[in-house]
Amino acid sequence: MKERVALDVSHLPLHATGTASPTWWGTCAFMLIEASGFSLAIAVYFYLMSLAPIWPIDVPPPDLRAGTVLTALLVASVVPNMLVSRWARQRNMWRVRVGLVVMSVTGIVPLVFRAYEFPALHVLWDDNAYGSITWTILGLHTTHILTDLVDTLVLTCLMFSRHGDNARRYGDVEDNCLYWNFVVITWLPIYACLYWVPRL
Amino acid sequence: MVEQRLSVIADTDLDRAGLERELEKTWGAQPGFWGMIATVDHKVIARRYIVTAFVFLILGGLLALAMRLQLAQPEARFINPDRYNQIFTMHGSNMMFLFAVPVMEAMAVYLVPLMVGTRNIAFPRLNAFSYWVFLAGGILLWLAFLLDAAPDVGWFAYVPLAGPEYGAGKRADIWAQMITFTELSALAIAVEIVVTVFTQRAPGMSLDRIPLLVWAMLVMAFLVIMAMPAIMFASSTLIMDRLVGTQFYNPAEGGDALLWQHVFWFFGHPEVYIIFLPAVGMVSTILPTFVQRPVFGYLPLVMALIATGILSFGLWVHHMFVVGLPRLGESFFTASSMAIAVPAGIQIFCWLATLWAGRPVFKVPMLFIIGFIITFVIGGLTGVMVASVPFDTQVHDTYFVVAHFHYVLIGGAVYPLLAAIYYWFPKMTGRMMSEILGRWAFWLIFIGFHLTFFPMHILGLQGMPRRIYTYQPELPWGGLNLFVSLSSVMLAAGFLVFFIDAVRSCVHGPKAGENPWNAPTLEWATSSPPPSYNFRSIPVVEDRNPLWSRPGELTVAAGLRTDRRELLVTSVVEALPHARESSAPQSVWPFWAAIATSIMLIWSMFSAWAVVWGSMPIAIALIGWFWPKGAPEEES
Amino acid sequence: MKRTLLLLPVILSGCAGVQSALDAQGQSAILLRNLIFVIVIVCSIVWLAVMAMLFWALLRRDRPKPEDSRTDKPMQTAVIAAVAATVVIITGLTVASFYTTRGLGPVPDVDVTIRVRAQQWWWQFTYEDREPVHAFQTANEIHIPVGKNVRVLLESIDVIHSFWVPSLAGKQDLIPGRENVLTLRAEKPGFYRGQCAEFCGLQHSHMAFVVIAEDEQNYRQWEATQRATPSEPREAEALAGKAVFMARQCSACHTIRGTQATGISGPDLTHVGSRMTIGAGLMENSRGSLAAWIADPQTLKPGNSMPLVPLSAQELRQISAYMESLK
Repeated sequence: MKERVALDVSHLPLHATGTASPTWWGTCAFMLIEASGFSLAIAVYFYLMSLAPIWPIDVPPPDLRAGTVLTALLVASVVPNMLVSRWARQRNMWRVRVGLVVMSVTGIVPLVFRAYEFPALHVLWDDNAYGSITWTILGLHTTHILTDLVDTLVLTCLMFSRHGDNARRYGDVEDNCLYWNFVVITWLPIYACLYWVPRL
Repeated sequence: MVEQRLSVIADTDLDRAGLERELEKTWGAQPGFWGMIATVDHKVIARRYIVTAFVFLILGGLLALAMRLQLAQPEARFINPDRYNQIFTMHGSNMMFLFAVPVMEAMAVYLVPLMVGTRNIAFPRLNAFSYWVFLAGGILLWLAFLLDAAPDVGWFAYVPLAGPEYGAGKRADIWAQMITFTELSALAIAVEIVVTVFTQRAPGMSLDRIPLLVWAMLVMAFLVIMAMPAIMFASSTLIMDRLVGTQFYNPAEGGDALLWQHVFWFFGHPEVYIIFLPAVGMVSTILPTFVQRPVFGYLPLVMALIATGILSFGLWVHHMFVVGLPRLGESFFTASSMAIAVPAGIQIFCWLATLWAGRPVFKVPMLFIIGFIITFVIGGLTGVMVASVPFDTQVHDTYFVVAHFHYVLIGGAVYPLLAAIYYWFPKMTGRMMSEILGRWAFWLIFIGFHLTFFPMHILGLQGMPRRIYTYQPELPWGGLNLFVSLSSVMLAAGFLVFFIDAVRSCVHGPKAGENPWNAPTLEWATSSPPPSYNFRSIPVVEDRNPLWSRPGELTVAAGLRTDRRELLVTSVVEALPHARESSAPQSVWPFWAAIATSIMLIWSMFSAWAVVWGSMPIAIALIGWFWPKGAPEEES
Repeated sequence: MKRTLLLLPVILSGCAGVQSALDAQGQSAILLRNLIFVIVIVCSIVWLAVMAMLFWALLRRDRPKPEDSRTDKPMQTAVIAAVAATVVIITGLTVASFYTTRGLGPVPDVDVTIRVRAQQWWWQFTYEDREPVHAFQTANEIHIPVGKNVRVLLESIDVIHSFWVPSLAGKQDLIPGRENVLTLRAEKPGFYRGQCAEFCGLQHSHMAFVVIAEDEQNYRQWEATQRATPSEPREAEALAGKAVFMARQCSACHTIRGTQATGISGPDLTHVGSRMTIGAGLMENSRGSLAAWIADPQTLKPGNSMPLVPLSAQELRQISAYMESLK
């Protein structure tokens, strides 16, 4: 077949950034998958609640302290997270490095409080269906914190290595920040559901 | 910077042969065993996927023949009840999770990048990972079958039968974990398809110029993304109930047996459309070629695909019409289940209009499409029947339903798939399949299918339930069952002819040119089979049927580098070029990640700690996968 | 043509069957059969119409040139008309099924209430009565009065089963932890076979039962017999069988009212001799089949809960005589 050149693309950048980048779309697609999973878990929570004569089954509602502190921490972490994202967009290497170290710590601290959240439920996963669904939802969200933490740690190492100063890495940092925001945002309905719905 | 620019090679600097040589050097797979393992070429992976899925089709078909042997006469003793229950569970699970969904996704993996005019699928390493995980899941299930430990709880694994109390051994766990394997691979492909379609379309391929098959695959990918988490949740909670004593499905502790059915069918109904939408996409794409006229009603067809996708999430309760739900809810689901007949009708009528206005050429793919219309309309109409709650109370869980969904799945999805294989075989292998054997295969499959499955409608109305390994001689089902069993041999013979044709044509088929059918879409603008880089230059699209509007000429983009895997990233709506993005080079890490994932998943059937310890090798493999190696693809 | 030829003998033989949705003898089943006929006829006409369009589209002669756009307008009209017809037809079918569902609703006046406890792989039926002493149990067989409403309460004690007597009514699931209700009303006396319709494990295929619809007088007589305690067997062999039954494991699982056999995990055998079948519809009830069943239940119905009890040939004969005598 005869080819006729109709477009010259040699002037285009070597890497797509922001919402033009396939990685950004991929992150969004994975977030959609996980959001579907969370929505479903919450739907199951309400389904089981609608069947039970009293809710929570046989135990008082979960203690508020650990979960509320964790919620506050997560919400507060959005500020440094957005800053890191902005610095990455500005390709400010020094600030991104510092920011990633801060975000690594910000990822670890909630895990400490999470460890206290499970006992605050007053129920074990195998006691009854209430225990099963609350442990599952908390566990599911914990794996998201963990995954993002590992991702942040690896990125931190990368940014301190010779591969760091690269538009792709800054893009990775932005996507990682996006994902952390997702982890925070999905926590809010879960927090409401686990801690406040039983008190209604 | 200047130095770097001097060292790169742009396609404009080279003549045709030189360009092809340079591209092959950059995109071609490395030789040898590890090169084979490490490849990330979407065509190679898709071919593997397709071949593997068809092997599972053969195995599943043999299971079906075994069941027909057992049912050919009353109180037969060819197969004992335990084995029979394993066989029908395997048949359903295998056909749904190891054949139908993967083969449709594999067709997407092969065709979507070619049809949108790009050089590889988005996230090619994830694509490689997906195949290995799928293969591991299939091997797990079939090994269990060989060891007489296959699941025996039905492809739907209803609790409590599949729960900790009644599902002995590891059989139900193997089923649940096989689901996790295949869903993981399906989700990976769905993400790749969405991102490929959104960001890698050829410049100028705006939303209203996307080939219908690509639209269908896009909607299918969204269905996978929204529906598959439900089955992941279901299979994981089932394993947890069985392994660590959670109480999701135990009514004595606040759980509920029906919860399983809700979650399973919330996935299970969209699943049908995950299989069916790619099939109608194939029909909408193949049909115009064999009437040599653009399809009638592009926009309504796209809308019908999207509407089907949305509606498919509002139907799940029609699998539960006899569990005793409130009547108002049931009525709603009757209406929504009936409503899905409207988008199906729109598509059928648009195809009929296309046929009416065009000049039909009766080649084998066209025969399968005509067979599809005849058969699928029956399946759709029996679907309308079972959508009615009162009607369903008499046919639910009977052979009527068996007949119905085989009409939909074989008539509605496998016929278009076979049409697609005959149609794209020359593109995939460079050789044509045989018209003569193809006609034999079509007629044997078409007649054999109807003789096998039509009588099942009647058996169902006569009161024959599904999933029974035998029936008593005094029941009036013996004659029809024998007839069905004999007919199934004819159906099997048709598939045998098809496979003989495929294997023979691979080696001896006449060589196909670039575009043997005079088709209008981009995949026919490159050689058959396409080179590792798909297109020598990325095409630029100016209308919906680029190869028809300018015969013999292809408008292309120039200025891409050849020393790294480079393709074009374009905007979502209008496909305006944004950047020259690189595509990941080959890597063995996806393979190791898949091995680590398989070990974790299999181990976790036995110990919950596997999730903790098994995740570590996966994390290591993933770091190896993503850690930069300083390749030119890393430049930005 | 192929299909019509196929259908004919099949529909005819369906009418002679005892377990067929087409051979409707109950009030619900008749309503359902009528709905089935209406929907099948409408759908067949739709299919024939689509096929006519298909073959016209395939075989018509003078074809326009591909670039001729004059055909677009009539095609558009035709497609819109066809879609509109689809909407009208499915709306009609939806309304028809709503009305049928309404006709199947719960009935206020109930003459007999039967509680069904399904289990792997047989049916326990309890005839409830306001006075508990009048309640009685049967297994795998119920009698109902013709023309009366019978309320069936559906429960399961293990996995999900489904209660289905196609000649009388549509099916309804039995789900552990839930109770469903179904109304049966036979319009004609007869034997109606039912079968579990939800896969429930190894012997799902052998989980049948019989519904015997008879006139009021016969029904009341049967009911009185079932309520009564069986009299002492008169035959010497049966009497010896009773002794064997009580001495061996049998009485640990089965109840025979008026004796020390009070086991509850197996079917109540108080009037086993009066039943048409044994083994949940597995075999016709006779002294021979009873002996065969007791001698080797695991070969006849592999996996069922009845163990093989070692008995001498004489003991086997005696026990089967006793079982047969329990009319």
